[in-house]
Amino acid sequence: MNAVSAAAAPFDAERVRADFPILAQQVNGRPLVYLDSAASGQRPLAVLRAVERYETHCHSNVHRGVHALSQAATEAFEGARERARRFLNARSTREIVFVRGTTEAINLVAQSFARPRLGPGDEILITGLEHHANIVPWQMVCAQSGCALKVAPIDRRGEVELERLLELLTARTRLVAVAHVSNALGTILPVKRIVEAAHSCGALVLLDGAQAVPHTAVDVRALGCDFYAFSGHKLYGPTGIGVLYGREELLEEMPPWQGGGDMIRTVTFEKSTYNELPWKFEAGTPNISGAVGLAAAMDYLESLGIEAVAAHEQRLLALATGELERIPGLEIIGTAAHKASVLSFTLRGCHPHDLGTILDTEGVAIRTGHHCAMPVMSFFDIPATARASFGCYNTEADVRALVAALGKAREVFG
Amino acid sequence: MDLKDLYRDVILDHNRQPRNFGALTGADAQADGHNPLCGDRLTVWVQLDGDRVTDIRFEGKGCAISTASASLMTEAVKGKDKAAIQALYEQVHALLTQHNAEADASLGKLAALGGVSEFPSRVKCATLCWHTLNAALERSAAAVTTE
Ligand SMILES: Cc1ncc(COP(=O)(O)O)c(C=O)c1O
Repeated sequence: MNAVSAAAAPFDAERVRADFPILAQQVNGRPLVYLDSAASGQRPLAVLRAVERYETHCHSNVHRGVHALSQAATEAFEGARERARRFLNARSTREIVFVRGTTEAINLVAQSFARPRLGPGDEILITGLEHHANIVPWQMVCAQSGCALKVAPIDRRGEVELERLLELLTARTRLVAVAHVSNALGTILPVKRIVEAAHSCGALVLLDGAQAVPHTAVDVRALGCDFYAFSGHKLYGPTGIGVLYGREELLEEMPPWQGGGDMIRTVTFEKSTYNELPWKFEAGTPNISGAVGLAAAMDYLESLGIEAVAAHEQRLLALATGELERIPGLEIIGTAAHKASVLSFTLRGCHPHDLGTILDTEGVAIRTGHHCAMPVMSFFDIPATARASFGCYNTEADVRALVAALGKAREVFG
Repeated sequence: MDLKDLYRDVILDHNRQPRNFGALTGADAQADGHNPLCGDRLTVWVQLDGDRVTDIRFEGKGCAISTASASLMTEAVKGKDKAAIQALYEQVHALLTQHNAEADASLGKLAALGGVSEFPSRVKCATLCWHTLNAALERSAAAVTTE
């Protein structure tokens, strides 16, 4: 890219790309084209270095010692919590619980919030496009407590039928748990509308933000949601770390989920008393370096500007959508009006699994399968899709490589 | 890794025009197979004369490897008894999983699956039909899964 166009360009993806050492490799003799960020994002040097710095200079256990390293570790860990609070614009760090990821966050709410309060006659409302992580924990709660699971349907474009969702919202609805962005289809849900409608029925709302946080600045107070869950690894941070945001009043009333060290204040054999928020929900030694890496990922993403990243990804999505629509026999699955940079598709005569293999031999990494959203596949009556997803480091050249590799697949299966 | 080695002409042909495809009416046994990872599903029907498979058909939706493997399998096992089928499966399994395995001449057209060994993530696609046939032979009505 020359200086003139670089100056004119609002976002220099080539420079961003250079921040991600993993992308500079060859796969099957071809330069890697990584189009699977919706499954897991790659980590920029800033994250790798922050983790290395912590491990090299600061590591010890947190909250336990008076020695220097323990204090450094505690400072790093609690600093990361403050970073996450700012990232979500939560009121207090008491509302930021570190978990393993979105899955654990949802299970925590299911077991600690829903299970003790819900019973026969109560309902939990989800939608037809949820990830298994936002289906199965609720099914477990239903089996445990006798409450019922309701599902708001989606339409052929992959949008939630809002009218039907509003009909399903009744005085029986106690909790609405929906994705902020669908991982299989890319649909961005009208979560603010949903939160308002749910609250006017007296129901609380959990948003599964796993696919939203890399593409949208999230303000939990503006959204008004009661719980918000996301994973670090989709945000260019490490695996094994994620965040559950919960409104303080709710977390305060919820019983601890797991018992052990760190989550207690006092223990005797007769009775234990629990620590205060948020540590009440963090039994055992946490993923300290993960939290440090996550904080660095938030710094990194905000340094690029989430809005600028999203605008760049939308350009790639529009380009790729236009190119793929021109390929005979290719059908895009998920054509919502508002989408994140996720492009699911099928190619007539070529099973997604074969597509994945062929693209891989061309160095193009996409995801194929049901994307942990089997009900979405059933709805579209397909066994699987191929899914290309774009992150901050993807370029127009990546889109062209995808299109060329799809041409190769059509040659093989022509 | 060479795509041409995986998607040999025989594979592409059997994918496009699977042999013995469609339900077998009046079958003695059938079984369903499912690979939840990629969504492959197939049903295998067999007609038996004692221990011998006198007719076999299959139906299902799957990738090229799973469809072609099932198609080739139906051609290969027709007329064989259970012991011979088991022996054949062991040969096929070795071909699918061992790098540079020499395809035994007795494998016939099944040797076309030899490229799969270079693509470990695809082995299950090719073995699903064999597991399903095995379930049918055991006259188990239960669905089998490769997971
Ligand atoms: C929408 C959505 N929810 C939940 C999850 C689960 O996230 P994790 O596996 O990090 O817990 C994912 C990840 O695939 C997702 O995309």
